[in-house]
Amino acid sequence: MVTFDKDKKPIIKTEARITYELSLGPAWHRFFEGLKEEKILGTKCPKCNHVLVPPRSFCSHCFVDMEEWVTVSSEGVLVSWVLTDYEYFGMPTKPPFINSLIRLDGADCNFLHLVGGFEIKDLDAVRKHVKTGMRVQAVWRDEKKGGIMDIMYFKPI
Amino acid sequence: MGNAVAIIGSGQTKHGRRNDVTYPDLVREAVQAALENTGLTMDDVDGVVYGSMPSMMEGVAMTHFYFADALRTVGKPMMKTETCGTTGMSLAHTGYYWIASGLADVVMVVGSEKMYEGDSQATMSTVMEPYYLRSFLAGAPGIFAMQVHEWTARYNIPSEKARDAAAKISVDHHMDALDNPHAHIKVKLTMDDVRNSRVITYPFRLWDICPNSDGACAIILASAKKAKKMCKKPAWIKGIGFCGDEYWYGDSDKVSWKCAMEAVKQAYDMAGIKNPRKELDVAEVYNPFTFVELLHYECFGFCDPGEACDLALKGVFSRGGELPCDPSGGTLCTNPIGATALIRVAEAAMQVSGLAGDHQIPGANMAFAHGLGGLSEFNGIMILGSKL
Amino acid sequence: MTKNYGTLKHTVWLPYNFAVGPVFLRFYEGLKEGKILGNQCLKCKKTLVPARTFCPSCNVDMGDWREVSQEGNIVSWIVANEPFLGMPIDPPFIAALIRLDGTDCSFLHLVGGFDTDTLNKKIKKGTRVRAHWRTEKKGHLMDIQYFKPK
Repeated sequence: MVTFDKDKKPIIKTEARITYELSLGPAWHRFFEGLKEEKILGTKCPKCNHVLVPPRSFCSHCFVDMEEWVTVSSEGVLVSWVLTDYEYFGMPTKPPFINSLIRLDGADCNFLHLVGGFEIKDLDAVRKHVKTGMRVQAVWRDEKKGGIMDIMYFKPI
Repeated sequence: MGNAVAIIGSGQTKHGRRNDVTYPDLVREAVQAALENTGLTMDDVDGVVYGSMPSMMEGVAMTHFYFADALRTVGKPMMKTETCGTTGMSLAHTGYYWIASGLADVVMVVGSEKMYEGDSQATMSTVMEPYYLRSFLAGAPGIFAMQVHEWTARYNIPSEKARDAAAKISVDHHMDALDNPHAHIKVKLTMDDVRNSRVITYPFRLWDICPNSDGACAIILASAKKAKKMCKKPAWIKGIGFCGDEYWYGDSDKVSWKCAMEAVKQAYDMAGIKNPRKELDVAEVYNPFTFVELLHYECFGFCDPGEACDLALKGVFSRGGELPCDPSGGTLCTNPIGATALIRVAEAAMQVSGLAGDHQIPGANMAFAHGLGGLSEFNGIMILGSKL
Repeated sequence: MTKNYGTLKHTVWLPYNFAVGPVFLRFYEGLKEGKILGNQCLKCKKTLVPARTFCPSCNVDMGDWREVSQEGNIVSWIVANEPFLGMPIDPPFIAALIRLDGTDCSFLHLVGGFDTDTLNKKIKKGTRVRAHWRTEKKGHLMDIQYFKPK
């Protein structure tokens, strides 16, 4: 049905709500089971010896199967971060939040997650707590569901 | 290398909030403009390549069906290509391949987007899978801000300097857009306007970021035989390049950015360019974010790593500088994603053909066009010259 | 039998505001008044319904708006039985291509007025049908409830 937008132009407002059920496959399955036990797992490439987190079924550089599983540290170094304070429709993580790239000890690539553990008030307050290069440590949820948010966030240490 | 190919003309819509027309009519506007500007009819065109962002952007899937009438593809060979923000560049490359192969003489390529009809960031976030990345990378601003932060840390660029350089770019490009009849955002800004605007994802503020735009662009490419007959001053394709990174965001070094550097290397080698800042007369960089534009200058070899901020502040990349970048205003002022990279190609071609009107860079003979796409993971290049 | 490693359930939920444009707007307003509007190509003189901005064959603007007949012949039809997520109309239903009298293209809508099984036996290519309107009209294609076989 036609309604009118703020410019008084005719529009049709509608929504697409589509549900999906994605296969986890062996790699995600084992990674999420590890998170339930407060372990961050990675896989090691037999060719380049890189440990990649989250784990993969194949190395993205060498294109060979990755079958060796390792537990990486729940601690690491903050490589980069972003304070996000805007919201789009249906955003999975509600702002404000700090998304970040973390090089976990023992991993050869960066891991994406949140930095938290303090009030995210405004940019100046955040910049007092968060510095590129600082060490961070995973803080786990009490109730785990076997998903990436079983880690609540990484706190500065 | 294949047969020589030239761009013999283009057409663009009036980009912006086009709630006055349905999407097919918007696409038709660009097609009509390209045909009018070249004096050709669809009978002269051997085939059409079309592209846009993933269908979810406007809620209609397989838009090459929806636009069959508007694109005049009925009865002709056609193809759709979709590579996120680099779609426009992929369109130009596909048209180039069709003609360079010798299997077509005249090809029309069209890119479009109607961003006001969907939620752009919600849609863009579907580019990431929901197991992991989708929860964190808050749409495009989130992804690129992460990259910029890493860049300033790597080269010890003081945040104030980066802030000022980005503000200068914003002020300059918004001013440039005033001379571009097709551009969306037309506003005069000061450095303080940019510095004090609302934070979106730090360090990006409102005026560091492109708008959502509705718009379409059509370009007509031709073989040497046809180009010489149909066009007074064709823009010859001298070099192309395209490269992508890994999917997993944490795997790539986005500062010493392999896919950007590799894409330009392919294009420079093909065009025989050794010193881009000296040999290029104008560059249309795909620049939805001011800070990322600075990083691109370094990856493209326009300056050394870590140097872009200093040179931008000196005006090297402004109109009147050594290498004017985005005299059209660029993506920063107009961003209908499926068309945007194609608009960079159209603008570069117009510069070399002397058709850029009020935003013409005098004597431009070698122009650089760029497209950027995905989670900061694709870069595509096209270099155009006035001589065959 | 492949091994089941479990699944992740996820919903993608996206809002849209489609620009209607002046031609569709006028067509919808016609529906509100119980009229089916088409227009004619100024070059080839074909009458198309719903009304369009431009003729797909000639690529010229359409003009000469007219009210087209509300009766026509069935060209083809389908019986939809299987529901899918977000289906606008709940099955079972019959959708048909109908050539309304005096037009040069087929019009897509529902066939109704009887239960689906009866309809399926009744209708064939060429069956005459007539628009049956809802009492309350909103300016939407479903203001026509269905086309009923005569």
